[in-house]
Amino acid sequence: MAEEVKLIRTWSSPFALRIVWALKLKGIEFETVLEDLASKSPLLLQSNPVHKKVPVLVHNGKPVSESLVILEYIEETWKEKPLLPEDPYEKASSRFWAKFSDEKLLPSVWTVFISQGNKQEEALVPALENLQFIEEQLEGKKFFGGEKIGLLDLAIGWMADMVSVLEEVTGLKLIQEDKFPLLSAWIEIFADVPEIKESGAPREKLISKFQAIRDAYAATK
Amino acid sequence: MSGTRDLKLLGTKESLFTHRVVWALKLKGIEYEFIEVDLLNKSPLLLELNPVHKKVPVLVHAGKTICESLVILEYIDENWKDGYYPLLPQDPLAKAYARFWAKFVDEKFYQGATAAFFSTGENRAKGIESVAEALQVLEGEIQGKKFFGGETIGFLDIAVGWIAYWFQFVEEVGDFKVMNSTKYPSFDSWTKQFLQVSIIKENLPPPEAVRCVFVGFKNMAFQAKNAEN
Repeated sequence: MAEEVKLIRTWSSPFALRIVWALKLKGIEFETVLEDLASKSPLLLQSNPVHKKVPVLVHNGKPVSESLVILEYIEETWKEKPLLPEDPYEKASSRFWAKFSDEKLLPSVWTVFISQGNKQEEALVPALENLQFIEEQLEGKKFFGGEKIGLLDLAIGWMADMVSVLEEVTGLKLIQEDKFPLLSAWIEIFADVPEIKESGAPREKLISKFQAIRDAYAATK
Repeated sequence: MSGTRDLKLLGTKESLFTHRVVWALKLKGIEYEFIEVDLLNKSPLLLELNPVHKKVPVLVHAGKTICESLVILEYIDENWKDGYYPLLPQDPLAKAYARFWAKFVDEKFYQGATAAFFSTGENRAKGIESVAEALQVLEGEIQGKKFFGGETIGFLDIAVGWIAYWFQFVEEVGDFKVMNSTKYPSFDSWTKQFLQVSIIKENLPPPEAVRCVFVGFKNMAFQAKNAEN
């Protein structure tokens, strides 16, 4: 049977972008189904009834939801060009930090960018602490995955374009090169990987979007 | 094969997350040393091994540290694989299913239960609603199955397992009631079958110990709130 791989996503979702990267890195052909979250399609509601969110991978008619779960599914289904190391401990380490990225790092960075004044000052403390943890993970490595991109790079990859967009919108430089030299270097080489470079959302569009979100938060005060 | 000296589990005797790891290790028949940790006065050892979260459980295997209970479960499953009791299924789609639902329980159900227990007013009501919604979904998923893992317990049963035992005390001490054997008959049936599995039955903390810990949490939260005001 011919493989049918569909990715339900939005133009800007960083979680969905992880899946685009994984599929491209593994050379898997797929069809993109673009969603408008203001008007969710029957396909999305049927494929992810629990969360009604993107991304959803639909493989030969079977849906898989939650981006980190999808990444592992892709890794286990298409074994060429592995994204995870063989060693169980190294795998555990990748999973731990991917979880940290989603549960702690991203929310703390997000809070910095939707806050104003004193609240933003306060929000910086945990964000910088979390960034420091991640900085340490790059010690002696080119990518989080070692010599090559791995699952953890894809999980943290939202930092590569998202942070610079948020920095531009707020005028606040979060990842300063002298404070986070390894992370700064990683952002550059990660963004330069061809499959990553060709997949990003249009920068100007992202800037408009996040400017609008930040303005909306400021207005609610 | 690794002996007890090589494998340590830091946890507490009442911790529901610690028990996930205990059950996994016992199902696989792996020997380990249990190190009881005082969570109110966190030891330098815990802070050194889990600087990010400062929580239990922490697994230390031949000097290598693994944190986060679900990550630990997958590590155990992959490290002790051939010839051992399997936790996750082989099929990638079935695996994805187990991982998805474990995450769902840790997010929607657990966070809802935490809000119901600790919060007041609207946040508490939202928490209770969240738990009820999560239960409804789980009811649908367990229908027609003996265990989430099929005929025998697996990764997802272990992940959901705390609801079969700890949750009644959360409700009791938190003074709310969502669990209902009439509304969620299949889930209720699963909880009873799960608690009958000998490894589980033999590895549960005594009710008074769990109550005591939860009462302690409630008191601490109450004191913290008063200190704020």
